[in-house]
Amino acid sequence: MRNARLIARLDVKGPNLIKGIHLEGLRVIGDPQEFARRYYHQGADELIYIDIVASLYGRNSLHEIVRRATADIFVPLTVGGGIRSIEDVGAMLREGADKCAINTAAIRRPELISEIAQVFGSQCMVLGVEAKRTSEGKWECFTDNGREYTGIDVVEWCRKGYELGAGEILLTSVDQEGTRKGFDNALIEAVSQVVPIPVIASGGMGSIDHMVGAYTHGADAIAIADMLHYGRVTLPEIRAAAIAAGMGVREDAGAA
Amino acid sequence: MSKPVTIIDYGVGNLLSVARGIEAAGGAPRFASNVADVRSAERILLPGVGAFEHCARTLREMGLADAVRDFAATGRPFLGICVGMQLLFDYSLEFGKHEGLGLVSGHVAPIPETDGTVRRKVPHIGWSPLSHPATRESWGNTILEGCDPGRSSFYFVHSFSCIPDSPSSILAEADYSGFPICAAVMHDNITGFQCHPEKSGVAGLGVLGRFLAQ
Repeated sequence: MRNARLIARLDVKGPNLIKGIHLEGLRVIGDPQEFARRYYHQGADELIYIDIVASLYGRNSLHEIVRRATADIFVPLTVGGGIRSIEDVGAMLREGADKCAINTAAIRRPELISEIAQVFGSQCMVLGVEAKRTSEGKWECFTDNGREYTGIDVVEWCRKGYELGAGEILLTSVDQEGTRKGFDNALIEAVSQVVPIPVIASGGMGSIDHMVGAYTHGADAIAIADMLHYGRVTLPEIRAAAIAAGMGVREDAGAA
Repeated sequence: MSKPVTIIDYGVGNLLSVARGIEAAGGAPRFASNVADVRSAERILLPGVGAFEHCARTLREMGLADAVRDFAATGRPFLGICVGMQLLFDYSLEFGKHEGLGLVSGHVAPIPETDGTVRRKVPHIGWSPLSHPATRESWGNTILEGCDPGRSSFYFVHSFSCIPDSPSSILAEADYSGFPICAAVMHDNITGFQCHPEKSGVAGLGVLGRFLAQ
């Protein structure tokens, strides 16, 4: 049985942890460090930080947040938002990030994926994909937090990203994000069938059943955001429920 | 007084994370990028991320490969992590055949993507529990002392896996959909971890703590 990772996703704007719906309508939740530490101590398998306005402003505010995080958080950190060059990736890794998620800059210049994979390794190059359903069984890539339409087919783009050297795909459903109505399972299945690299399902988790559904449809990792941020459920509760449902997850993730 | 750990700085890998992990485990990390600092070290940690050939070549070009080998021969504690573990072996088959440090007999080969019926995603990314290999009954007096076999989990991210010539040098294995990954290797004073103790929460910090106690 394959083990799925339970990942806490922290979207930030400036110094704040925020949460939106469909990646818009943002609400400030608090200090990302406080939440990140809580999730680490609750046994999160990994943390993802996304600066959700970085692409719009051409800069991101994650350096300081990541630097603080690595002082007392000892699980992998993925960082995304506004990363557009080899130099940007290098700077993030020096702050202590393990992987970088790249969307907008990769769509503008796909060779960047190969360049990053060659310099830092594929394991560091996470392809960030914002997918919006356009018709049954069809999705298109968006950038800038679901604002900019690209006309690029999601499944084709994921395949190309893999071929160029991406080591993982962070697959966010813009339609489901923030709705708590469940993941876009058809999307997860469509992408995981064409790429042999891990797929992180993001956007829509509102219940344990949603998580199990995403896993069953091929997700290798589950990103959880507002369910955790609003304290509606804790990671140990999610993990215990996953085990009870027969899902493969790390079993020894006790309190740290 | 906290124990010094010399981390080989040869321009690859996330050194900050390793250093922070050593600090959290009670050690005093310092970085070494020249032969003199390697020779005088009490305890060495060899990290590594990315392509094997790039890591091996950089280490040689900086003149550190021989210094690291000499250090290993002193019997002082030596820990390799990820590609730093793979470098301990004779050679790797990643993008051709490339020579390693030859401190542990064996080689590095790709994780098979399929065994016919089973399909494995490569890279292998995620947490897997460590278990004893068939040749070993316990982790007593090793860097894994206190870990719970089949339960204590560590974070892996790799596409290639070490294959020691002698099964007795395998300290721990991790099952990846039926493929036994050599998760840790031990040969005299040399220990290697394919997984990342510095990214494996409490269990990982425990390993770093026992490395400090060696």
